[in-house]
Amino acid sequence: MMEILAKAPVEPVGAVTYGTAEGLLGSVWLLVAIPLVSAAILLLLGRRADRWGHWLGVASVGVAFLLGLTYFFQLRGLENRSVELSLWDFIAVGDLRVDFGLLFDPLAAVFVLLITGVGFLIHLYAVEYMAHDPGRRRFFAYFNLFVAAMLLLVLGNNYVMLFFGWEGVGLASYLLISFWYVRPAAATAGKKAFLMNRVGDAGLLIGIFIMFATLGTTQYDEVFTGVGSLTATTVLLLGLLLLLGAAGKSGQFPLQAWLPDAMEGPTPVSALIHAATMVTAGVYLIARSNPIFSANSTLQLVVVSIGALTLLLGAVIGMAKDDIKRVLAWSTVSQIGYMFLGVGLGGAAYALAIVHLLAHGFFKANMFLGAGSVMHGMKDQVDIRRFGGLAKYMKITWLTFMAGWLAIIGLPPFSGFFSKEPIIVAAFERDDWTAWLFGMAALLGAGLTAFYMTRLFVLTFHGPARWTEEIDHPHESPKLMTIPLILLAVGSIAAGALMVGPVPEWLEATAGLGGGSEAAHETVLSHLAITILSIGVTVVGAGLAWFLFRRGTATEPQPAGVLVTAARKNLYTDAVNETVFEKPGIFLTRALVYLDNRGIDGLVNALAAGVGGGSGRLRRLQTGFVRSYATTILAGALLVVAAFLAVEAGWLV
Amino acid sequence: MSDFPFLSVLTVAPLVGALVVAVLPRRRPELAKQVALGWSLLVLALSVVMWVTWQTGGDRFQFRESYPWIPNWGVNFTFAADGIALVMLMLIALLVPLVILASWHDAESSKRSVPVYFALLLVLECTMIGVFAAADVFLFYVFFEIMLVPMYFLIGSYGGHQRQYAAVKFFLYSLVGGLFMLAAVIGLWVVGGKTFDWAALSEVDISTGAERWLFLGFFIAFAIKAPFFPFHTWLPDAGGAAPAGAAALLVGVLDKVGTFGLLRYCLPLFPDAAKWFAPWALALGVIGIIYAALLAIGQNDLKRLVSYTSIAHFGFIGVGIFAFTSQAATGAVLYMVNHGLATGLLFLVVGMLVARRGSALISDFGGAGKLVPLLAGVLFFAGLASLALPGTAPFISEFLVLIGTFSVNKPVAVIATLGVILAAAYVLWMVQRTTQGTLNPALTEVEGMKRDLNLREKVVVAPLVALILLLGFYPKPVTDVINPAVQATMQDIGKTDPAPSAGTPQEASR
Repeated sequence: MMEILAKAPVEPVGAVTYGTAEGLLGSVWLLVAIPLVSAAILLLLGRRADRWGHWLGVASVGVAFLLGLTYFFQLRGLENRSVELSLWDFIAVGDLRVDFGLLFDPLAAVFVLLITGVGFLIHLYAVEYMAHDPGRRRFFAYFNLFVAAMLLLVLGNNYVMLFFGWEGVGLASYLLISFWYVRPAAATAGKKAFLMNRVGDAGLLIGIFIMFATLGTTQYDEVFTGVGSLTATTVLLLGLLLLLGAAGKSGQFPLQAWLPDAMEGPTPVSALIHAATMVTAGVYLIARSNPIFSANSTLQLVVVSIGALTLLLGAVIGMAKDDIKRVLAWSTVSQIGYMFLGVGLGGAAYALAIVHLLAHGFFKANMFLGAGSVMHGMKDQVDIRRFGGLAKYMKITWLTFMAGWLAIIGLPPFSGFFSKEPIIVAAFERDDWTAWLFGMAALLGAGLTAFYMTRLFVLTFHGPARWTEEIDHPHESPKLMTIPLILLAVGSIAAGALMVGPVPEWLEATAGLGGGSEAAHETVLSHLAITILSIGVTVVGAGLAWFLFRRGTATEPQPAGVLVTAARKNLYTDAVNETVFEKPGIFLTRALVYLDNRGIDGLVNALAAGVGGGSGRLRRLQTGFVRSYATTILAGALLVVAAFLAVEAGWLV
Repeated sequence: MSDFPFLSVLTVAPLVGALVVAVLPRRRPELAKQVALGWSLLVLALSVVMWVTWQTGGDRFQFRESYPWIPNWGVNFTFAADGIALVMLMLIALLVPLVILASWHDAESSKRSVPVYFALLLVLECTMIGVFAAADVFLFYVFFEIMLVPMYFLIGSYGGHQRQYAAVKFFLYSLVGGLFMLAAVIGLWVVGGKTFDWAALSEVDISTGAERWLFLGFFIAFAIKAPFFPFHTWLPDAGGAAPAGAAALLVGVLDKVGTFGLLRYCLPLFPDAAKWFAPWALALGVIGIIYAALLAIGQNDLKRLVSYTSIAHFGFIGVGIFAFTSQAATGAVLYMVNHGLATGLLFLVVGMLVARRGSALISDFGGAGKLVPLLAGVLFFAGLASLALPGTAPFISEFLVLIGTFSVNKPVAVIATLGVILAAAYVLWMVQRTTQGTLNPALTEVEGMKRDLNLREKVVVAPLVALILLLGFYPKPVTDVINPAVQATMQDIGKTDPAPSAGTPQEASR
């Protein structure tokens, strides 16, 4: 028993080396360049591109996907499955050398395929979804810009490149959340997202400064090789700062509040950026930086705690929401919590988190697009209390959404079962009592997920119709929208089972990710027991929700107890932000404006008046300005001459 | 070609142009504008030739020329440029034609002569070039003071609301600073062996006490000019009242004389005093970053808001200068260039908005993106550059300042990094209140708001947008010119970069 409880020694990753990108892989920069050029064309041509612009946008991502596949197969054939491509010296001052360089390795490759693959389907869907919007060309420009920035984020070969892409996706996210900028709510949500992200970004930046101050570099290979020479405190601090950045981008506690508000953007945006790709960038950052996170067990404990806390927080709030997109958004917060839990556990769980990330990319994109399809047929209604019985009218949407629903609640053989359940098992594998804490949190989260997702599904597609009066006959969406839905649904069903074996194996060649010891850890519960439990809580949660909501629900807000009220108010997290940051901030700003006008400026004016011989003189200066300017210059000139003469005469020296 | 007296010709040329424009008949304003624009383009062309002639990796000072002026006092017309001056000269030569083009109709609303307005812009260009090209301390001082005159008239005669108050305030502040500097200049002449030659003075050994007093004299003048907190209150008034084009030159170039002066005079001439005062200067810088950013958030006047953002940016430059690492110092110089481009663009675009609306108050706008989408887009872009988003040039300079400062002074760097968050707040809130949200019904009744950017305005903004992007991805052409000058300045003060604290970077097989 003692052997089990003894902490596994933390092993620093050895020297990290990357090969040079040659041959076909030397053109890997095209992945970023193609969508970027497309975005530039769409923006610069303006209305002239209105008729065909969206197809250029779709095509650029499609081509990027095909290229990504080609590079992927190239990489498979290589001995060292990690190649770098240095494009030019980005910043070179003193000892600081930052490459404008790319790294294509197994981790980057799976992200490239996710971003371009799912991205392509969502672009395709958006052609129809945005068809009646006069700003469709602009939408596709921003969408392409996002894809380019996201690819740069995952393809950079150093932390500055990552930050470059990181801010780029932040910009694209802002532009797309505020896409309907005439709506005050959309404009405010975009600003909120950008600002909360900036808090995290500041952490990431300081983390980069620490790397340079201690290791003299920001290149991945040199940083990872040098981690072993850092003190434990430095590693902890560095990791916490990177984690702050990750929490901002991924909507994790305490920076989660922007993500649900981001649903003000068009639904394809929610699907691509705020579910499938960008919000998982935090998970990417931690997985990429695994040599840093694995080097400090306190750091890992913090990551695990953030993950567990957020997965519960998201699930609890998700249960109380009535807006279909907000439920899905809180669900995203919660699911990314699972991924943070995974990457925090370290070792083999890194790969499990990435598998869940990929699976989630499919099923969450699927459900968001499904929600968009429902809204399309219901005149942009988003309140699930006003849906009901839609299964009959929108068969494809219903069936594809069902695939997503079964996948996320994790019933076998759908993908969530293969991607989420191993994380729960891994949580139970921790070496001390925290195995119980995090294992039970993950289990409880699974039950809550089953409840709120089933509630969403049943209230939308089953039970009696509770539509508003203007809707008489909901219609299924056109083919351009349903085909992506069908493909994503296939992914939701099959992806988990297909990926759970090969993906971790493929990721092993990524620096540091191969470290998971194959000898399985002992779990505090048997593996079988955990599996039975997790299926059990899922069935109970889903069954309960089905039973409660099978006959629909009230269409008006109902009185609720303390817990439900708290959940409806996002567990008061927004209220805390407002009281602690927003209100004092506004007060401080106003006070300073007053102070600057009256205090500092007043002081200086009074001083000037005093020097100039009373305020009357100052007033005269303001009226007879030309003459007084001439006099002062003359006085100045006289002073110079006098001083020189004095020195010449030897009075001053 | 390297024997060509670039610097004196560049200094005098705009002055000649100004005289030509000034004597043109007042009834033919179009001709005056065209001549002024053409003349400034000639200056730009000559500057480009100078840039090409510059030998990267050559002498620290190039294009040196010297003519006797007042031999008794050792005053000479000495011109020479190092890499820092060179990039600033290029910035001036680039901005002036754009400002002239942007100000095409600005003087028409004033009762005063249109040709004189453009002549003043050219006089301003002459003095700005002179102040950066001077290599004689007295000559520098003269340009430093004369520079006030054209700007004073630009604000006082052609400005907006409260222009005379702002002009006088600007003038008095600068004059007070100038007097401190004058005293220090004379003191330096005395202790330096009665010469004003920069090269000779930089060799002189000065006693500790005298060095500190002299440093302080120069520092106060430069801190007012830059301006640094708490000497900043003249800038929002001046920037708010000045015509947009003049304001772009005021914060884009003229204020950089302060930070340039710190690098050229305070650090190399008084290295020990600079090190002694550095903590205080860093403190002023970092307070300025946070304080001015908070004030910018609270402004309801677009031009005052941009002025406050500039004060925050000058805080970054000040921190970069006094951190004494090559990254921070190069960042500071690059910041001077990038800020000129970004804030120059921001002021010009704001000017275009204000000219249309007839008001600079943010509350008079609201939802303007619906009416003038292109203009709103450029405003947003200038805002992004202002908040130093990667992909725009200012990111590189801000990053260099912060990373260079962090390796020697962590608290300052960390507090300054918080300014990055505030920058996002003031830019995005300004953009939201001006161009997003529900359309302000009053806007639809204003005739000007029905026209988006015209061709002239597109020609003004396009080069700046392009340069900001280009230097955001590939800053090497500029950093290559700046680096040697910064290294030399670092040697002057006897500072070297700290080694990485965890040992030298390990040789990974790259």
